[in-house]
Formats: sequence, structure tokens, C-alpha cells
Amino acid sequence: MAAETLTLAKALNNGLRKAMEDDPKVVLMGEDIGKLGGVFRITDGLQKDFGENRVIDTPLAESGIVGTAIGLAIRGYRPVVEIQFDGFVYPAYDQIVSQLAKMHYRSRGKLKLPVVIRIPFGGGIGAVEHHSESPEAYFAHTAGLKVVSCSNPADAYWMIQEAIASDDPIVFMEPKRRYYEKASVDLSVKPGSLFTSAVLREGSDATIVAYGPMVKVALESAAAAEEDGRSIEVIDMRSLSPVDYAPIFASVRKTGRLVVVHEASKNLGIGAEVSARVTEECFYSLEAPVQRVTGYDIPYPASRVEEEFLPDLDRVLDAVDKSFGW
Amino acid sequence: MNPLELYRVVRLIRRFEERAIELVRSGEIVGGIHPYIGQEAIAAGVCGALRTDDIITSTHRGHGHVLAKGADPVRMMAELAGRVTGLNKGRGGSMHAADFGLGIFGANGIVGAGGAIAAGAAWARRYQGGDQVAVSFFGDGAVSQGVLLEAFNLAGLWNVPVIFVCENNGYATTMPVEGGVAGTILGRGEAFGMPSVQVDGMDPAVVYEAAAEAVARARAGEGPSLIECMTYRFDAHHTFEHKARLNYRSEEELATGRSRDPLDIAGARLSTEDREAADAAIEELLAEAVRFACASPKPDPADAMDHLYATGLRARTGASA
Repeated sequence: MAAETLTLAKALNNGLRKAMEDDPKVVLMGEDIGKLGGVFRITDGLQKDFGENRVIDTPLAESGIVGTAIGLAIRGYRPVVEIQFDGFVYPAYDQIVSQLAKMHYRSRGKLKLPVVIRIPFGGGIGAVEHHSESPEAYFAHTAGLKVVSCSNPADAYWMIQEAIASDDPIVFMEPKRRYYEKASVDLSVKPGSLFTSAVLREGSDATIVAYGPMVKVALESAAAAEEDGRSIEVIDMRSLSPVDYAPIFASVRKTGRLVVVHEASKNLGIGAEVSARVTEECFYSLEAPVQRVTGYDIPYPASRVEEEFLPDLDRVLDAVDKSFGW
Repeated sequence: MNPLELYRVVRLIRRFEERAIELVRSGEIVGGIHPYIGQEAIAAGVCGALRTDDIITSTHRGHGHVLAKGADPVRMMAELAGRVTGLNKGRGGSMHAADFGLGIFGANGIVGAGGAIAAGAAWARRYQGGDQVAVSFFGDGAVSQGVLLEAFNLAGLWNVPVIFVCENNGYATTMPVEGGVAGTILGRGEAFGMPSVQVDGMDPAVVYEAAAEAVARARAGEGPSLIECMTYRFDAHHTFEHKARLNYRSEEELATGRSRDPLDIAGARLSTEDREAADAAIEELLAEAVRFACASPKPDPADAMDHLYATGLRARTGASA
């Protein structure tokens, strides 16, 4: 198959379509996903082609939607739930954390729950709290759940299919500010498997680890740093739980410097865990303490000031400088 | 209720929303709004039956409620534009505007979330021996949310002076009511033992009558009520729809829905002179609101950490380290 240009949104749409074609047990559920095709149009056209029984427009009831998805999964379906905005997942938190995450373990493997919870997450679209949040750490903290995030169209296409095919419950974080950014991708070439991190740019002087919407910022920062004569390696985590640490450790052992970037607040975020693990495993390789560039420890701010909140190229490069200045 | 006052509130909300949409288009309001156009009679009628010391909780489509409850339109516009002179110093914006001194406990980005908050606020007042009531506005989409039904139950159980006002505009974003609501909305109220009525939500006088009755019951210690106001949203779910044509409502349906306009219904009860005088005063007020909002300073990100904790303790300084 030749390379084609498509958006991350369309890549997800293609991936969902493929998963539905491959397995008649795959059903989609969510608010406004059928007739409308989702507020971000990720499910555009799918209800028309697969019918109302497989692309289900639900009432506004996230807890009920996820609970129903669990019931469907117990009876052999593979439900894919769309949470309309990140902040809307909290009403479903109990079902996800207390039920979905624990039933396989509790039943000693008897119950498999192949449920995917798709969450458009993060800011940068002029929305506010409830519509711009990064709740991934809540779910990554919960044993029994897997949490992944795509950063580009090719990964989106493959990762959503792998997530649906997986027998475990997966929280699938989608970088909403990147939905409509295009890339040339060859969908016939499968990237690394779902739970692997990927080295997107090789470098020798420092490592930047990011995921989801911040991967683009990390790559732009590495390109800018190159102009300053610094060679930066960029790693896309892709899976936030479990984390594929081997490429991260290998990179830090090579570069000696690590900057972790995410939109979520710093306190107890994914960056805290990566920092701790790298410190445990690569202590003698580190030339400087691990730097974290994150959202601030405040509620997501009003639209007018969100650019101040979100990590950007300048803040990432400042962290790189700090690492070199140690 | 004075017809002029009801008209004035409907007109104020209508023109406020239209001016706000202009500011969305010019970029002064970042992130867009959920316009209340078409539903003004509900806010006007319900808030007309309330006192300043009564409480409301509102929705993502909350400008009408906030204005009808008495918030200053000038500072409200500044809030939408994210300016430091706004009701919440620009840190709430369209979906989180509030004025606690006027009992406006805030618009809310989470559908159905205000129901329990209103019930709690009303319950507290009952404990304190006052006769204040609380109103929770919500849409037809919210009746599918568990928390709202939990609030119905608690309010009924504890005889809480709260009035649940459902604005049934036919759609939860793009989902038609018949696709999202099993049974009836009134039936939900009745199931929890609440007096429940369905009224014409396009006529502010009709809404007022129903609200006044429910408020009187609540003040007298006779517990919660449900009012389902049948209405129609004339404009978009959110201003993003002005660019993205979602096509979930036909042109015919829109024309029918807009044919009964609360502005016309309320205006027909006034003399031409009264109506024109009210219109002129509102235009002047909103011109000032837009001028004030656009001229006001934007927030300083340096104070982002302020007010994180009531005790004044500053937490971690975030990612700048």
C-alpha cells in the first residue's frame, strides 16, 4: 500500500472501521457518536455502514455506559466506549477503577474484559476545565488497567486496532489537539507493538521522553536544539501503563540527560514515575537530575491563558539547558 | 409578575448572547460559548420567582440563568472575554461564570452535576431555619445522568426546598430526546414523589406561574418540585457549530422551532413605547458591556497559583523549576 496523507482523526476512524470489519463482536458506544459521528468526528460514517446496533448513540450517562460495556464484554463483545471529553470520564471513574480494572483479577482470570475506553485528552483547543484535562495518571495508577496514548496518525491506526484486539481493559488516550494534523503514512507498515515505546529521533547528548500531544513539541524542541549543536534523542512512550522502559534506560545510559514532558500536572504525574525508575536503574549514567516539563499544579486554566499552562518549545529547551548546566 | 420586567430579561439575554457571539467571531471570547438563544423565557420566568438570597445552579448553557438572577451584564461580558474585571476575574469564563453574592452558584461544564449541589445548598438553608430555596437548571440530557436522579432521591427523602427545572430543548447536543430518554422526564420526578409539571417554556409568564407555585411550596417546607419546560434552542449547541455544519436538525424543523419566539410572546404584551424604551436601554447597557470587556486587562499568568488553597499555602511551584 502506498503512503497516504491523513489526519490522526481519520486514521482512528480507519482503524475503528478495520476493527469492526475484522470482528463482528466489536461495538462502539458513546454520546453523539452515531448519527453525528462524534463531536470530534472520530466515528464519522461508522453508524451508517455498521448500523445502530454496532455504533450505539447513548444517553449522557458515562457510568452507565461503561457499566453496560462491562456487561457486554462479559457476554463476549468487544465494546469501545468514547468518552466525549476527558473531564466527562469522572462520572465513570467508579466503573472503570472498581469494576473494569478488577474483575479479571478478582475472578482469577475467568472473566476477560476486552473494553477500550477512548478519551480525547489534553488542552490546546480553547476549551476549559472539564474539556482540556489530562487524567491519564489516575488510570495508570490503577492495577488492572492498561493506558496507552497515540501521538501520530500511523500509531493511531494501528494502536486502536491492537487495543480493541487485546483481552485487557485499555484506556486509550487520544491527543485531541492533534486530531486534525496531517501526516503522510503508510498504513501497511505496522509500527512497534502496542505496549512498546519508540525512539522517534536518535541523538547522543540528551533524551526527551513524551507521549500523546507533547511528542510533537518534543520533536520540535529536538530540531531547535540541533541548531544549537545539541543532539537530542526523542522517545514516544506510547504505553503509559505498562511502560516499556528498556529503550528509555538505554537512551539515558547513552546520553546521561533526561527531560520528561507532559501536559498533566507535575505532582505524581507520569513524569514522576519515569524519573524515579530512571534514577533507580540509570543512577551512575545520569549527568544531571531528571527534568520534568509539565502543566502546573493548578486546575486547567481559562482559555485565554492556556498557552501559559501548556509546555512549549521554550520550556522544553529551558529544561534541556538546565540539564546541561548542571 | 410585571410583563415589562419579564420582557426586559428575555431581551437582555437575547441581545447579550448575540453580542457575545460577535465577540466569539472577533476572537475576544476565546473558546466559544453555548448560546441560550430561544430558551430565555425559562431563565426569566424562573428567576422572576426568586429572591436575591435564593440559590441557582446552572449549566454549560448558563448565561441566561446568570443574567436573569441579577448578575451584572457588564462584568459578565468581561468574564466571557477572560478579563480580570469579569465576575470571576476571567478565570471562570462562559462555562463557569458565578456570582455567589447573588446566589449564583455557577454554570457548570458537567451535565447534571448542579442538581446535587443545589439540593445540598437548599438543604443547608433548611437546617439554618431560613426560607430560601434553590433552583437547579439542567437540560434533557441531564436526566440520563445518575447524579441527577440521586439528587432527586435525596431531595425527596429529606424534603429539601429545591426546584428542579428541566429545559427540554429537544436535544442533548445532537441526540434527540426520544433517542436518549426512556419513559418520560416528568415520570422521573413523580417516581421520587415530587409534584411534577410540564409547561410551555417559550412563554415567560407561564414559566413564572409554574415556578412561583413550586417556590411557594418549597418555602412553606413542602419539599422539592420538578418543572419540565418545553423549549427550543434557536442557535447552535456551541458556537463551533457555526463553522462545522452538523446537520442534525432540518431547516424545516428549525423554522418551526423558531416560529414561537419568547421575545415576540413577551413583547406582544407591552406598548410599543415601553418596548422601545426597554430595547434602547439594553442596547446602551450591552454597548458598555462590550466596550468594558474589550478594554479590560487580560489576566496575568504570574498569579496562576493564587487561590489554589484557601489557607493561602502555596503548593508546589509547578513545572518552572
